[in-house]
Amino acid sequence: MSNRVSASAAFIPIDSLRRNFAEVKAGMRPKEAIEESNRCLYCYDAPCIKACPTGINIPSFIKKIASGNMKGSARAIMDANPVGATCARVCPTEELCEGACVLNHSSKPIMIGDLQRYATDWAMKNEQTLFTAGQSNGKSVAVIGGGPAGLSAARELARFGFAVTIFEAKEQAGGLDTYGIVSFRLPQSISLWEVDQVKKLGVDIRTSTKVGEDVGTEELLEEYDAVVLAIGMSKVPMLGIEGEQLEGVFDAIDFIEATKTEINADFVGKRVAVIGAGNTAIDAATCSIRLGAVNVKMVYRRSREEMTAYDFEYEFAKQDGVEFQWLTAPSRIIGDEAGNVKALECIRMRLETAEDGGRKSPVPVEGSAFLLEVDAVIKAIGQTRHLPLIEQLGLVNKRGTVTVDPETYQTSNPKVYAAGDVVFGEGQGEAMVVSAAQQGKLAAYSIYKTLSARRERYG
Amino acid sequence: MADLRINLAGISSPNPFWLASAPPTNTGYQVQRAFEAGWGGAVWKTLGDPIINTSSRFAAVHFNGQRVAGFNNIELITDRPLEINLKEIYETKKRFPDHAVVVSLMVEPKQEKWHEIVKKVEAVGVDGLELNFGCPHGMAERGMGSASGQQPDLVEMQTMWVKEVAQTPVIVKLTPNITDITATAKAAVRGGADAISLINTINSLAGVDLDTWNTIPHVGGKGAHGGYCGPAVKPIALNMVAECARNPLVGVPISGIGGVSNWRDAVEFLLMGSTGVQVCTAAMHHGFSIVEDMIDGLNNYLDDKGLQSVNELIGKSVSRYSDWGDLDLNYAVVARIEQDNCIVCNKCHIACEDTSHQCIERHTDENGAAYLKVREEDCVGCNLCSIVCPVEGAISMVEIPASEMPLSWNMRQAAIGALSTPGTDKGSKDSDSKEAV
Repeated sequence: MSNRVSASAAFIPIDSLRRNFAEVKAGMRPKEAIEESNRCLYCYDAPCIKACPTGINIPSFIKKIASGNMKGSARAIMDANPVGATCARVCPTEELCEGACVLNHSSKPIMIGDLQRYATDWAMKNEQTLFTAGQSNGKSVAVIGGGPAGLSAARELARFGFAVTIFEAKEQAGGLDTYGIVSFRLPQSISLWEVDQVKKLGVDIRTSTKVGEDVGTEELLEEYDAVVLAIGMSKVPMLGIEGEQLEGVFDAIDFIEATKTEINADFVGKRVAVIGAGNTAIDAATCSIRLGAVNVKMVYRRSREEMTAYDFEYEFAKQDGVEFQWLTAPSRIIGDEAGNVKALECIRMRLETAEDGGRKSPVPVEGSAFLLEVDAVIKAIGQTRHLPLIEQLGLVNKRGTVTVDPETYQTSNPKVYAAGDVVFGEGQGEAMVVSAAQQGKLAAYSIYKTLSARRERYG
Repeated sequence: MADLRINLAGISSPNPFWLASAPPTNTGYQVQRAFEAGWGGAVWKTLGDPIINTSSRFAAVHFNGQRVAGFNNIELITDRPLEINLKEIYETKKRFPDHAVVVSLMVEPKQEKWHEIVKKVEAVGVDGLELNFGCPHGMAERGMGSASGQQPDLVEMQTMWVKEVAQTPVIVKLTPNITDITATAKAAVRGGADAISLINTINSLAGVDLDTWNTIPHVGGKGAHGGYCGPAVKPIALNMVAECARNPLVGVPISGIGGVSNWRDAVEFLLMGSTGVQVCTAAMHHGFSIVEDMIDGLNNYLDDKGLQSVNELIGKSVSRYSDWGDLDLNYAVVARIEQDNCIVCNKCHIACEDTSHQCIERHTDENGAAYLKVREEDCVGCNLCSIVCPVEGAISMVEIPASEMPLSWNMRQAAIGALSTPGTDKGSKDSDSKEAV
């Protein structure tokens, strides 16, 4: 990667930047897929199924690839996981299905993620419609947010015969999958295909429609039999240091989102500091490199051990030539006369063991301040919550994490269910696309159970 | 280095690996390339009245992503003029005097036809003849190949006609498309065969195309049955070889054929009574060079076993092959799972649970780890779990000491018979007491 851009490269054609954002990993070739699918043992009560948050019947979809039943394979995947094509690319499979594969002990695990991609790619390429809507049951559900949790809930509800409307603030549905995951990992077309699968079930997706602004919350609560809150998370929080308003300071979420729709040459030859060390921070760093940045440093106040990014993401960033500044915290962003970022002032940190034996906390090393000369600073230190909307709905929450019944996904308002990142945090849930999809499914089942039981009771 | 030389009814070759009469032995060019690669002998593709072959001839059965588990062909005997074949046979034998050059023959079931071809072929200098009474397609419709090979009297008579004039050893190649292979084997021996070779191919239809609904293979939209061979037929061939080897009325050397793909397969055929083996599909799949490992592997095996000559293997397992009625009903094995090697795929459990005797239990240990355990008192020793187990050393079938003396079905029936017939006619009339036993 480092030789892709040199300091002297003042000009890089925009097409070559675009090429940098093409999916890095090639799909399996047919022979690879046949060999790999035949290698699967077809375990009974397979541990990979249990390790998948959405419980995809993995041995079954793999055997279907082996038998040449591609449609059945894609359906088995998408049946359990409405965003199964996305998950084939973004799931931390080493920690989930592949990590549980029994062949870890005697050979090497089956490449489940790649096979899942092979099957879903087939369905996409062959323009398959895998599911049909259920017969109308006369009930309606509003889904706020068209990300993985919302899509998943909507898909399952439509199959149960509900009239479903998704309210999506952005121009396109798909949420994080459409806007928040770098294109070279997940091309936007994959997420949009999944959106399309949901649309085909008759789900009304109202894009560019913000609940609380364009549509009132009261209106939703009155007009629909149930509401699913799947609004995910919001912007990156402020660092709370001087200079955050300067030109050249970016929110990682916005920054990545911009690369999903258009590639420009603004970063060519630039020096970039990314603050944070989670998966989004890695994405921002590797995006910067691919946009032509000449040097990208990740600035993290803790050490390698504490970083929250997946190991494979870290390796990927290293291969891309990203540099890491461990135990370093930003203290000030310095601008030039024109108001553009010129440098990032940092201080060295050391880790102090907490008295209660908890997570080590970083403590500034006195007199260690130094300057990093940079042209851009990208903030990737987590995400804030859509607190105003949550409060408008009057839902019990902990700092924006909506409290739900872990069984029913019902919030403090029994008519409102919540799933995905909006319920993640404060010891609740998991921040993975695949978990969001599962929660969306479970919320849908819960709604079906509640509303159909009610119908039986009252005729 | 052990001695790999064999002598099959007077035909000697530097090793037991011969190419079978088939497409690989169609020309002198091919056979000479094979000898250069190390093959010990070759049975020349069947000579007779040249025929016309179809285009589209072979098909294969692939299994779970692996190519050529079985192979099917509708090719017939040689389509080249006899004179050209004879010229090339002469040249080949001249170049490779120590290799076995055997020529396969097939003509109409007429004495003069057989006499004529035997004389012509032997005149160019060959080490032996193989009578093709096995080819199941094309020629059979003309009264040759398996059509005559399925009738013991025709086998005997034609063998006899050949023996009337033959100067070299005569091998009769048998068709497996018959109920009891020993019937034709015995007929060949009665006709004077010096050896038999088996099996020829099995009647087969390789497949049907799911999109066109044509047969596989098809010739312009029409198919006809072919002959099946390759790894999938090995167990069928091995049984037939063993049945001939253990039948005292057969009693001639055997050239084993059918799915031999490597030295291991060859050893099995030798142990079951073959003097040598013939190979075709493996060579068609991979080329002549595969013989290198056949020779090398066999050599190492013989060295490991401390054997000086490959001939020491011949027939060593024949006496262990018997009839079901002779098997000891008191012998017992049970499955045992080696926990350290088990990967807990649960395949043994579900195989036993769904399709055998429901005696492999799933448990969780004190640390929450899953493990499997055989309930030995209910295990019948069927072997299924050890067959489906994907890892080495996880399931072994362990012999448990017999509590009773060996007892076969035949012994049991004999004992029962002795009890119910106390030696007088009176006893046998008492049918009630017989049933009570």
